[in-house]
Amino acid sequence: MTPEEIDGLIQALTVFTLAILVGFAVISKVPATLHTPLMSGANSIHGIVLVGAMIIAAAADDPISQALSLVAVAFATMNVVGGYVVTDRMLQMFRKKPAASKPVEADEAEA
Amino acid sequence: MTTLEIIDVLVRLAWLAGAVAFVIGLARMNSPATARNGNLLSAGGMALAIGATAVLILAEQLAGDGIDPLVWAIIGVGVAIGGGLGLYTAQTVKMTAMPQLVSLFNAVGGGAAALIAIDDYLHLVDVGSVRLDTHVFIVLDIIIGSVTFTGSIIASGKLQGIISGKPILIPGGRLVTIGLAAVSVVAALFLFLTGSPNLAVMLVILAAALIFGVTMVLPIGGADMPVVISLLNSFTGTAVAMAGFVIENPVLIIAGALVGASGAILTKLMADAMNRSVLNIMVGGFGGGEGTTAAAGEGGSVREISADDAAIQLAYASSVIVVPGYGLAVAQAQHAVRELAELLEERGVDVKYAIHPVAGRMPGHMNVLLAEANIPYPQLKEMEDINPEFDRCDVALVVGANDVTNPAARRAGTPVSGMPILDVDHAKSIVVIKRSMGRGYAGIDNELYSNPKTGMLFADAKDGLASLAVAVKAL
Repeated sequence: MTPEEIDGLIQALTVFTLAILVGFAVISKVPATLHTPLMSGANSIHGIVLVGAMIIAAAADDPISQALSLVAVAFATMNVVGGYVVTDRMLQMFRKKPAASKPVEADEAEA
Repeated sequence: MTTLEIIDVLVRLAWLAGAVAFVIGLARMNSPATARNGNLLSAGGMALAIGATAVLILAEQLAGDGIDPLVWAIIGVGVAIGGGLGLYTAQTVKMTAMPQLVSLFNAVGGGAAALIAIDDYLHLVDVGSVRLDTHVFIVLDIIIGSVTFTGSIIASGKLQGIISGKPILIPGGRLVTIGLAAVSVVAALFLFLTGSPNLAVMLVILAAALIFGVTMVLPIGGADMPVVISLLNSFTGTAVAMAGFVIENPVLIIAGALVGASGAILTKLMADAMNRSVLNIMVGGFGGGEGTTAAAGEGGSVREISADDAAIQLAYASSVIVVPGYGLAVAQAQHAVRELAELLEERGVDVKYAIHPVAGRMPGHMNVLLAEANIPYPQLKEMEDINPEFDRCDVALVVGANDVTNPAARRAGTPVSGMPILDVDHAKSIVVIKRSMGRGYAGIDNELYSNPKTGMLFADAKDGLASLAVAVKAL
């Protein structure tokens, strides 16, 4: 490996490690009542793999790569769109009784 | 700087902004008041990151050979198919079926991560050489992504009832699972040591990982699926981070690592709340899930109570605590419980709900189900908050909850020992709606049922609640 390649790898590993620590710090504070929406929300975030799927689609220059990237884009988009919509549906339900127009502020006391 | 370089910098900054939005979005999910807003922020970050990627691809094409319609056709068709399916299923799914849909979204995410690695590997096979670190990340991405893909599909199938929720034990199945893991490890080491990309060996690893996902989840009981889905969610995050290393993209690494960490914590919390270790669950063969507990033995003498008698107790109580459990979720009785609670409230009864952290099919799932039935959020109490209130409560109404109410957990030496429980036995009287004297998930008798204060109303959760409502109305 060239020194530049080693630099790149170490940088990527640093970002990876710090992001794991941030994940632990942020998530350990969430109350149990929100664990299912949280799991669903985290599930949507790994839909970021769509960025990777688009990048390999842009570089695809043979039928196999094109087929693989098409499936990857479709899979990843389903993850993103479905994930955020279903999480939003869940969170929409955490409201006070007159379920109509008021947003969730009123629930704060119970948090 | 050329225009392309400027665009490249802006796109990288947009990715960074997306990553920041994910972190803040997750942080805002701390509180029910800001959770929805947090999810929208996270979605906004996602849209920004994806939009920036499209701009980057466009700019690179314009700077090179011009717009490539085929690339945009692939992306457009893929987004249309995946987005359409995701939107439709997410909008139409019943909230009781939501865990299996989350599992399905997790499966496709893991599948996409694996496909990225496979595609990259095919190019490296053409090139004929690969750096060791890239090789390791690709192989890890393929293994983790493939295990997640098939494992999540099986988990989803079990929750949906397409595949039996019971632990499916194939003779020698464990050996097959261990064998598959061994094959993957040996094949991976072979690749790393030889140092050159080998398509055949990669296909062996891919096949072994796909089958491993199936044989890993099949022997696990339906009641354990939440923990499994959470674990697989964490796996997908890790696979996506590996994909980020493979294509050298920081936003994939950050978002993947975030999800990997969150899934790991959730998995641990869920397993702790059930007083089990993650390893114990993964070894499998325990936790039959719904329908497996009928007609089990009886322990101690129990007092049966009629719906009319129970209704009188409830209607003349000043405070009632409802303890909803897995049985309520399975019977989809959340609307029935709200109707009964409203009748009681009209009579001036104070009604609260005691939510055990693992009630339902996932942690917090019970809150979602009850909220869907328009039960006011402030009435839902977490275990630590409600436990002191059982002492002052006239009637505790247990609907389809078992092990989480078993006082045996306070003693040492039982399978549920040490598990945090709801102090239902402290209530002045107790009504339990249950289909039969069947044992719960832990496979032991519940001492609460033989408590002299307890009346058993044998019925399906939905039917039992409906008959109570009729009886209360008639009073």
